[in-house]
Amino acid sequence: MIITTIETIPGMKIKAHCGLVSGSTVRAKNAIKDIGAGLKNMVGGELKSYTELLTEAREEAVSRMVAQAKKLKANAIVNVRFATSSVTVGAAEVYAYGTAVEVVKPEG
Amino acid sequence: MLDLIILILLLLLTYGTGSYLEKRHFKNIQQREIALIRKPIISFGAKKWTTNKKIKKIELVAGEVVISGDYFKNFVASLKNFFGGRLTPFESIMDRARREAILRMREKAKYANIIVNVRIESVMLSDLYNPQSIPQCAIIAYGTAITYEKEQ
Repeated sequence: MIITTIETIPGMKIKAHCGLVSGSTVRAKNAIKDIGAGLKNMVGGELKSYTELLTEAREEAVSRMVAQAKKLKANAIVNVRFATSSVTVGAAEVYAYGTAVEVVKPEG
Repeated sequence: MLDLIILILLLLLTYGTGSYLEKRHFKNIQQREIALIRKPIISFGAKKWTTNKKIKKIELVAGEVVISGDYFKNFVASLKNFFGGRLTPFESIMDRARREAILRMREKAKYANIIVNVRIESVMLSDLYNPQSIPQCAIIAYGTAITYEKEQ
């Protein structure tokens, strides 16, 4: 599966559109890590546990989007965007969406 | 009286740790940016990016980071918020977070020749309407990493 943030796939030709695909996830860290982050917030610096949370959320959203694209028999997703929203404190929603397409190598 | 002493101690302590960590981080960011200065990244006008070169690999790369303020910054910002104007303590946090996220993305794509159509997305982890919530800045930077095939 080729995933890009641009509208075309360089070196390939788009044969068919399969429609919009998306994947989303809402994730939170456990309470102990939240308390740890609260303490870290006094001192300043990076909140590693929340960074981890974002990484996991993004990967999960992308994998759900890919699963949906596979169902549509697409082999690439173009113009992928991420959107986020806040649900409650310490939780993050990451939403990934893009256009599933079927690409082929041009002849010759 | 005791409350006031604790507050002042806390402010002094967090001013120390906060500014130390921030200086160290900025130094680190600068070094890494210099190391990556030859790798081009494009965001402007790159939606329909094409090339004549043969392409080996196309991949989505992303980098994310969450940076929090410290007690001293929050205190200063809440005072400044009353009078309005620039909230410089938070400006530096946003700057650090964006640059760090972009750097992480670029470091993940070290093998690539170019990263096109880079987007930066911010995430709200804290509750805007709750004054007691932790001010923090979470950024996801993402783009398409493109590797050319080596010319013979």
